[in-house]
Amino acid sequence: MGLEAKLKQDGFFTTTIDALAAWSRKNSIWPMPMGISCCAIEMMAVGDPKFDIARFGSEVMRFTPRQCDLMIVAGTVTFKMAHVVKKIFDQMPEPKWVIAMGACTSSGGMYRSYNVVQGIDQFLPVDVYLAGCPPRPENLLNALIQIQEKIGKTRVRDYPDLTLEPQTSQQN
Amino acid sequence: MKIMEFKESLLQKIKDSLPKFEFTSSESIGELTFSINKKDIVMVCQLLKNDPDLSFNLCEDITAIDWARRTDRYTVVYHIFSMDNKFRLRLKCNVDEEDCSIDTVSSVWKTADWEERETYDMYGIKFNNHPDLRRMYMPEEFEYFPLRKDFPLMGIPGSLPLPKK
Repeated sequence: MGLEAKLKQDGFFTTTIDALAAWSRKNSIWPMPMGISCCAIEMMAVGDPKFDIARFGSEVMRFTPRQCDLMIVAGTVTFKMAHVVKKIFDQMPEPKWVIAMGACTSSGGMYRSYNVVQGIDQFLPVDVYLAGCPPRPENLLNALIQIQEKIGKTRVRDYPDLTLEPQTSQQN
Repeated sequence: MKIMEFKESLLQKIKDSLPKFEFTSSESIGELTFSINKKDIVMVCQLLKNDPDLSFNLCEDITAIDWARRTDRYTVVYHIFSMDNKFRLRLKCNVDEEDCSIDTVSSVWKTADWEERETYDMYGIKFNNHPDLRRMYMPEEFEYFPLRKDFPLMGIPGSLPLPKK
């Protein structure tokens, strides 16, 4: 990398807190694998050596929401499950991002039915919608790169209310 | 051939053991169906399971049919299987809309407990004396029965609450 060369030359370099924070955030996104149905299989494939999500710094799939930055909602969200997804999302510390992976999650998909939520954006703030049924693993990596681009543009002052404690919402 | 013999002995056995029992039997694709009155269901099931020659020891499925405009609106369908004789039998009971209930067979087959709960959840047919007749798939506070013909495909708006954004 150019960083070593720069340090060898001057012994220091200047940057902004915004750039540094965004750079470190975007290169270690820890995903919360919210694998609800078949999209989760493709999500697992992303973790394997062939596709290797570790190349993007996101290999640490945490199964506790308290250590995660990104929720990958992979699968059909029913009305009954929506409350669970929301409860887990609320336990994730700010800042946090959401990928709606697959057709079901984005729009209800082929389940045009009374029991499936027709798009999780009805109760979650979705950052990237991912097409496919299920999407190819490359497609999920593409979504991750888009999230990284988005995080790269964030500034510290975008999150004025940030605390070290995880924020839980007041309603259930 | 063996199956045909078993069918004869099954019919004979029922006639001998339960002389007053009324039913009609029909056959489709080699499978036997009994249409019976709903008051007889527990008695018949006990005989079918406990008789050592019949031993219908597996209750494969319990479901229902909503005929919408028919006088007896619902039909409860039992699929039972005898592992010893490798024979499958279907029982059908009509249930009308006013008295939308039928006796439970969970005392005969333990697995009927959840199958009846599922049928109750989807069709609203009550199973008398059931040990734990709660909803299975839908949330407990849900007021409708989704597989009834008068339930719209996309549901009743607002009946299933979503978490707030």
